Amino acid sequence: MNIFQDTGRYCILMEHVFIKPDRWKMFFRQFRNELDKLGLQSLPIVLIISVFIGAVLTIQTKLNSENPLLPSYTTGLVTRDTLLLEFSSTIMCLILAGKVGSNIASEIGTMRITEQIDALEIMGVNSANYLILPKIVAFVLMIPFLTIFSMAIGLIGGYFVALFSDIITVAEYVTGIQYAFNAYYVFYSIVKSLVFAFLISSVSSYYGYYAYGGALDVGKASTTAVVNSSILILFFNLLITNVMLK
Amino acid sequence: MIEVKNLYKSFEGVPALTDISAVFETGIVNMIIGQSGSGKTVLMKSIIGLHRIDKGRIEYDGRNLPDMTMKEIRILRREVGMLFQGSALFDSMTVLENVMYPLEMFSSMSKKEMIQRAHFCLERVNLEKSSFDLYPSEISGGMQKRAAIARAIALRPKYLFCDEPNSGLDPITSLIIDDLIYKITHEFNITTIINSHDMNSVIGIGEKIIFINNGKKAWEGTKDDIFKSDNEELNDFVFASEVFKQLKAMKINNKK
Repeated sequence: MNIFQDTGRYCILMEHVFIKPDRWKMFFRQFRNELDKLGLQSLPIVLIISVFIGAVLTIQTKLNSENPLLPSYTTGLVTRDTLLLEFSSTIMCLILAGKVGSNIASEIGTMRITEQIDALEIMGVNSANYLILPKIVAFVLMIPFLTIFSMAIGLIGGYFVALFSDIITVAEYVTGIQYAFNAYYVFYSIVKSLVFAFLISSVSSYYGYYAYGGALDVGKASTTAVVNSSILILFFNLLITNVMLK
Repeated sequence: MIEVKNLYKSFEGVPALTDISAVFETGIVNMIIGQSGSGKTVLMKSIIGLHRIDKGRIEYDGRNLPDMTMKEIRILRREVGMLFQGSALFDSMTVLENVMYPLEMFSSMSKKEMIQRAHFCLERVNLEKSSFDLYPSEISGGMQKRAAIARAIALRPKYLFCDEPNSGLDPITSLIIDDLIYKITHEFNITTIINSHDMNSVIGIGEKIIFINNGKKAWEGTKDDIFKSDNEELNDFVFASEVFKQLKAMKINNKK
């Protein structure tokens, strides 16, 4: 199937997704489950990756900027801006495309091949709306919190380096992460993550929803979902950066 | 009653169903039989509207399905129950929640009434109370089929579709499921259509049988007519096994 057919089918699917749910009660029940599954259950991986990346960024920045002309707060500043501008939105969403994207695609794909989606349709339920809308809404709502959480934890990772090693002093690091703080970077990062969350959840849902065949094909759909979500994230990252940071 | 008139369906130019006409009557068990790949599943999915047909009419008590909008089809489907080959129970829900699902989605019942109705349906299919709170993966294939029947009848459907209801079941459980479908059809006056190639089911509960071969209707009649038929394709299919050959011979001898 070519890119135009895929795009067309994706748009048609989204048309079925973004309509008023048959029953709000059922929507909110699904929504609550998805908040937990896609949002809260992503916290551990965000925490682990952010703390280590924050620490490594601090060490690498310090080791690569051993220049007496550079002020002592450089390390903290570079660590902070890297986390704010790129890591906590783009890189974190690329990682979440793997976790959340494969979860969504395999869950919906399994429902498709075991005829559970057909069962919903036979009952008269709009299966696309019932299954996909709560996932998109829940993940898009959770992503700003995950992004801000990642920023904070990344900065704490760097702080640990300052605290437990002699690479950089705590005072230098703290001064660096406070120096010339631009709140717009946080806004920019959140806007990016909202777009990425929509892409991850909708693209993965699309590949799961149109999965066919057996268990192996669900695996393939899941892989395709992760790869294509990641490519789209990179493309939109460039696009949004051009629009918002020029 | 469901009436199919001159139905044609093809996939990318390859005909799957050609000029099928049939009447599926209310209150009896209608069966579609045929070899694997003969087009019986395509026919059933076309009747339900899961496949868009090329040409023809599918009338649910006079309401032509191909003329309906998606919204109208969804409303019609609330009158339809379906038992899938693999049960298709939602694996994130317990047995009770599965049966309550269509009620929660489409009825205006209170929670208490829904639970009562779900209990009634589950008890009607002889499922024990201890299994109500189990997940589909925790119960046997036969119990899953019974739970799926309970879910299918929860909204008091006018039409019941069963796709290979006995696949993967042992002979005794198959008989139980067949008996259940037969009783429910008569008890609730449902238009039941079963898609099967299990000859035990056909001989056991089939009241009206349609034989599909190479995408065409090759024969139509009752289970007693099968033994009298001289349709070669039907005989090749039905009496492929020695058991049924002997059964036919016995029936002919008894008549003599």
